[in-house]
Amino acid sequence: MELLSGADMLIRSLQDQGIEYIYGYPGGAALHIYDALFRQDEVKHILVRHEQAAVHMADGYARATGLPGTVLVTSGPGATNTITGIATAFMDSIPMVVLCGQVASTLIGEDAFQETDMMGVSRPVVKHNLSVRHPSEIPEIIRKAYYIASTGRPGPVVVDIPKDMTAPNERFEYAYPKKIKLRSYSPAIRGHAGQIKKAVDMMLAARRPIIYAGGGVILGKASGQLTELVRKLGYPITNTLMGIGCYPASDKQHLGWLGMHGTYEANMAMHHSDLILAVGARFDDRVTNATEKFCPGARIIHIDIDPASISKTIDADVPIVGPVDAVLKEMLALVKDSKEKPDAEALASWWKQIDEWRAFHGMRYETSPDVIKPQEVIEMLHRLTNGDAFVTSDVGQHQMFAAQYYKFDKPNRWINSGGLGTMGFGLPAAMGIKLTHPDDEVLCITGEGSIQMNIQELSTCNQYKLPVKIINLNNQALGMVKQWQDMNYESRHSHSYMESLPDFIKLAEAYGHVGVRIDKKEDLEPKLKEVLAMKDTLVFVDIQVDRFEHVYPMQVARGCMKDMWLSKTERV
Amino acid sequence: MRRIISVLLENESGALSRVVGLFSQRNYNIETLTVAPTEDETLSRLTVTTTGSDRVIEQITKQLNKLVEVVKLVDLTEGPHIERELMLIKLKATGSQRAEIKRTVDIFRGQIVDVTSSVYTVQLAGASDKLDGFVQAIGTSGVLEVVRSGVSGIARGEKVLSL
Repeated sequence: MELLSGADMLIRSLQDQGIEYIYGYPGGAALHIYDALFRQDEVKHILVRHEQAAVHMADGYARATGLPGTVLVTSGPGATNTITGIATAFMDSIPMVVLCGQVASTLIGEDAFQETDMMGVSRPVVKHNLSVRHPSEIPEIIRKAYYIASTGRPGPVVVDIPKDMTAPNERFEYAYPKKIKLRSYSPAIRGHAGQIKKAVDMMLAARRPIIYAGGGVILGKASGQLTELVRKLGYPITNTLMGIGCYPASDKQHLGWLGMHGTYEANMAMHHSDLILAVGARFDDRVTNATEKFCPGARIIHIDIDPASISKTIDADVPIVGPVDAVLKEMLALVKDSKEKPDAEALASWWKQIDEWRAFHGMRYETSPDVIKPQEVIEMLHRLTNGDAFVTSDVGQHQMFAAQYYKFDKPNRWINSGGLGTMGFGLPAAMGIKLTHPDDEVLCITGEGSIQMNIQELSTCNQYKLPVKIINLNNQALGMVKQWQDMNYESRHSHSYMESLPDFIKLAEAYGHVGVRIDKKEDLEPKLKEVLAMKDTLVFVDIQVDRFEHVYPMQVARGCMKDMWLSKTERV
Repeated sequence: MRRIISVLLENESGALSRVVGLFSQRNYNIETLTVAPTEDETLSRLTVTTTGSDRVIEQITKQLNKLVEVVKLVDLTEGPHIERELMLIKLKATGSQRAEIKRTVDIFRGQIVDVTSSVYTVQLAGASDKLDGFVQAIGTSGVLEVVRSGVSGIARGEKVLSL
């Protein structure tokens, strides 16, 4: 057997795990590892400008490909800078392994230079974390980390590596474990057959059914099964912000997404339904509004790989713990074999009702003859990219507009921080995607607030030639904060203005990119076309949009699903 | 309602902090906590007593089960079980109090395990409410120091919590 140092074993383990890219930033405690990285060329390292961005890059890659992302940082500040990124991935169940250097094991606990208890600091925001206690453990720990990160309900796993574990002069036998088995960890591999049968019977007997799908469908690679089942049943489907793309938005059975800024018809249909089939969704507070008023007439079937997501906020009548793809496949087989068929008459009248809701409102906004509306920018981008781009977003109004008006027909294309709501996510996430999808259009839809939270990555984009398109919906304010202040604080705009904004065009140019400003409505289409034609160039598009626009619909706080503001003046 | 949750945990450093961290992160309540290795030194047995609505207790057991190092767990209060807690209590014991305390200790089937001219140290084992009862019977004015182990529990009959 080969004898390798801990650092070489670590890199070899990454190679044997099939890791192509890692994102990171070197520092003292990680230098043995960086040296091992230098002496090979299989695993490619992307040097970011801030560790948080490395995590978002890995995250973007993971969301677009369904594969775990990998991060490498040093101890102390290197490690703590990853925390926001790790928490972002944790909230959205994104598979990821974060390798952190640590001070030598002999120094741990002595407040050594760049020492932080990363095991303790990361614990509340990781699926699991592992610490290396002997160099010979490294291959098994790496195998375990990827196994835990990418099975069951996925999530980030941190590996803490004291510097002496990677010392070059100590060598050990290297073998990468083929299989890993943990007695204390065994995610469900199929749902309970009896529960699935019961659920299908209920589904076929329902008169006002709705399917409510979440990010779990995308993570569980079950869009195909879901789409087939929904089409077979002919039932309406809505999805969460995280579930966007799990079912084609252009299909007539799709009601748009639901919740705080969901469509009128999706929220109305949820509220009036008699049966909800929840698939890989977690009844989060941005979906349910006041839980005690949630969908009073509905019985609930809940499929989730994580038992703790079931009956956490809303009680399920039929809980099914299992991987969504396997459960949906079994459901589909039962539906096909069943003698019972959905009640055609009831379903027709349910659709009639839904179509009335659609006609009453649907997604709409007021256009203006001279001011550019953020919604129209998104609609135009959808048209100009044939609805086929990878779209990342930051957090705020622009995120909601992008999710509402870019109609995604495919999973893994809408990339946003839904759970944690991390500003600064969009650009590095887009970079992670562009790196592995060089021929695809990658748009980062952002605002002048969010983009400044990781603007330094324009430098990384220059180094690695990552021609993403940054669409800055510039309303010169923290739009969502301002909207809440308009609605709940009598328009007292406490610290929601962005004063002294930089000249984004010059800024883009300073980093070696192209900047384009759009402030006239008639320029919007021709300039966006020009921008999209610049295939090999990062273009920062600074678009001056309506400063007073609000995101609608918006659920009324502490109300039920159907209580919404539809515009500044209409409330239902 | 009060529950006793018994957990088999990998005996690894950091495992306990995950359990304790979970309770504070999710705003669950810990009343008592005991932990020690089992006959299999790779496993620890942890017993936690907590209170909460049925929904909260269900979440606690599910969230605990989700921790990678939790091997198995059982809510002992769901079935017949035995619960014990150990108390060592130091009491002021002078003059006529000495005989009175001795009688009370006997009634509660405790033992005086250390004696000085003015102090008795008493050892008492039982369910938590029995220990509470003893402290109440003695009266807090005579109590100098109390140390309680927290609850350990085991299911009655053939049921076992093991691998």
